[in-house]
Amino acid sequence: MFKSLKRSAKGAAVPHTKATAGQPTNKMPVPEHVVIPMSMHIGAPAEPVVKKGDTVMVGTVIGKAGGFVSANIYSSVSGTVQDIAPLRMVNGAMTTAVAIKTDGAQTVDPACVPPVVTDKASLLAAVQACGLVGVGGAGFPTHVKLAANTIDTLLINAAECEPYLTTDCREMLECSDTIISGITAVMKYCEIPHCIIGIERNKPECIDLLTSLTREMKGVEVKGLPMRYPQGAEKTLVETCTGREVPQVGPSGKPGLPADVGCVIMNVTSVSTLGKFLKTGIPLVTKRVTVEGDAIARPQNIEVPIGTLYRDVIDACGGVKEGVELGKIIFGGPMMGGAAPSADFPVLKQNNGLLLFSKKAAALPEPSACIRCGRCIEACPMGLEPVVIAQDFSNKDFAALKARCVDLCVACGSCTYACPAKRPVSQTMGLAKGWYMAELRKGGK
Amino acid sequence: MEDRLIVTASPHIRDTSTTRGLMGNVVIALLPAVLAAGLIFGVQALVLVAVTTLACVAFEYIYEKLLKKPNTVGDLSAVVTGIILALNMPVSMPLWIAVVGAFIAIVITKQLFGGLGYNFANPALVGRIVLFLGFTSRMTAYVYPDMAVDALASATPLAVADKTTLPLLDVFLGFHGGMMGEVCVLAILLGFAYLVATRTIQATIPVTIVATVFVLTALNTGSAYTALIECMSGGLLFGAVFMATDYVTSPFTTKGKLFYGVFIGLITFLIRHFGSMNEGMSYAILLGNLMTPWFNAWGHQTPLGYKKAKKAKKGGAE
Repeated sequence: MFKSLKRSAKGAAVPHTKATAGQPTNKMPVPEHVVIPMSMHIGAPAEPVVKKGDTVMVGTVIGKAGGFVSANIYSSVSGTVQDIAPLRMVNGAMTTAVAIKTDGAQTVDPACVPPVVTDKASLLAAVQACGLVGVGGAGFPTHVKLAANTIDTLLINAAECEPYLTTDCREMLECSDTIISGITAVMKYCEIPHCIIGIERNKPECIDLLTSLTREMKGVEVKGLPMRYPQGAEKTLVETCTGREVPQVGPSGKPGLPADVGCVIMNVTSVSTLGKFLKTGIPLVTKRVTVEGDAIARPQNIEVPIGTLYRDVIDACGGVKEGVELGKIIFGGPMMGGAAPSADFPVLKQNNGLLLFSKKAAALPEPSACIRCGRCIEACPMGLEPVVIAQDFSNKDFAALKARCVDLCVACGSCTYACPAKRPVSQTMGLAKGWYMAELRKGGK
Repeated sequence: MEDRLIVTASPHIRDTSTTRGLMGNVVIALLPAVLAAGLIFGVQALVLVAVTTLACVAFEYIYEKLLKKPNTVGDLSAVVTGIILALNMPVSMPLWIAVVGAFIAIVITKQLFGGLGYNFANPALVGRIVLFLGFTSRMTAYVYPDMAVDALASATPLAVADKTTLPLLDVFLGFHGGMMGEVCVLAILLGFAYLVATRTIQATIPVTIVATVFVLTALNTGSAYTALIECMSGGLLFGAVFMATDYVTSPFTTKGKLFYGVFIGLITFLIRHFGSMNEGMSYAILLGNLMTPWFNAWGHQTPLGYKKAKKAKKGGAE
């Protein structure tokens, strides 16, 4: 109760712009070609296992996981491999990508059969075979998270705290059966006794639906969360749902993880994808993306094959609105998503939004002097003090940054959002954290 | 489709609040007090407010022009300083002294230290204190409004020895002598309500200051009525709402704000009851301003997960 009240006061009061929440998801016509990068997850990139000219089908393995912390990559279309070449991704990193020319038939690979799951090991194998990563944005391979042995609570993250995005909302309304079957499988085989589904209170219809569906399920609870960004960040979610605090430093000496307090978090769409895979054997090959913003002609949720270029997604949504000058393309939500330099990037597993802002909406105000109002402190979901950290960073004061726990910054952007002087506070936080971590690796001062 | 896209770091949206907007809210919150001063003390009060405010804005503009700095008059902080400074003077104040006060506030206290965000003390407050020291007789030349009741016809409520004889309503509405902005409690409370409702300020600082003074005075005098009158008179309420809450010179963490409020309340009480000066509130806020870095340092908030990390470390060492 107290924690929930605290959460309602912390974070940023972002506008709840969710215009597409009421529209059913559209299916995108198969694009002419897709470009599928081998790195759509945290960890080692996958190794391409096809060559130019190969015929592939929906669900054909084209990249094998490059290690334990990695994930398989599957073809999202049927067609011919056109090229395997280095690709600069939208975040600036280089990776290898497989370009496929589609044949439009979308034939499913006969190798896609529902997996046989009998225990935890076979479930983890299935999760890995599904190519499942945290599709909420982080892209962390799911089987690595589920492998932990100390878990007593499965948290389903359906907060969807970013403005505009409604993909998780639509997943709950359209695919509640696979969400339930996914949860059931994870709880059963990983022997997790409790499950809490956390949904922000701005989605009452989702709360009602899942509450009624889980009424008979033992150990499963649906929890309405405060409407405060970033409620879906993992540490805030753990705190609001269970009252537990993820430690700053875990028992291993590494940064604390939800597993340190017995929690594992799965995005609601991830768990639903797992449910679908267990039923059909078709891995993670399509992604629902919210296409929104004041510069798109037909805002909507659209299901696209992974690897579809932004350009083709935008065209499928009617293109740029007439009379509007496109200013910015954002992949992800407006708070944490990145700005793309062009529309020639593929949709990844963890992409859930594509926002088109007009020049006017994209224009950012000029920063002015800090008036020390403390709004960044009020806004920080981690209880940090950005105004103090900025000062310590400009002094390059390692000890002070350590005392202020700069390493806990989750880069949610709430401080920048809240700043009345329009200062790029979270960028300074990012620089401070980067500098601190580098000094720490050097041995600290 | 996409010529010259804008690429910036996230977040891509911003809250609507701006420095100018927040300062504008303070100006709006000050309007009831300005209006009350005009009603109680006549047109001269409004003239004094206008001249002081204009002087503050002019000094800021001229200083920045001379030093070739960016012009920041548009952020309205000089307007806020001007109105607050004017409301800290008795209506009988000669206009030229008001202009001197504006110079001390804007040029000496604010701009010489680097402008908005860098001053260590509230500009209007320093202006008031310097004027008080330099022009003591003018600053205490209170004008007593015609509608004041007998008990208040020749003294400010603070100067009345037995405060239990004072009529609550007259003190509340401000029908007595004093600085222009300080007399009308109703107007100050209206401003306070507006500031809190628009989330311009948090209620923490004003509430802790007034509560501290009330409790200490009630304990010291044994009379809650006296304590109530005391909280409503002198510069306490106006200072607590409009001057102690200045962003730049007050602590930014909640704990720091609590320390600061209690500290100011305590010093005000001590000066009023055991000191020989008037101006208890002014000096209390000034001391509070100087202590602000310490209150910030003592009032750090605990980050999420911080305590448990400490415990884990201990466990590891054992």
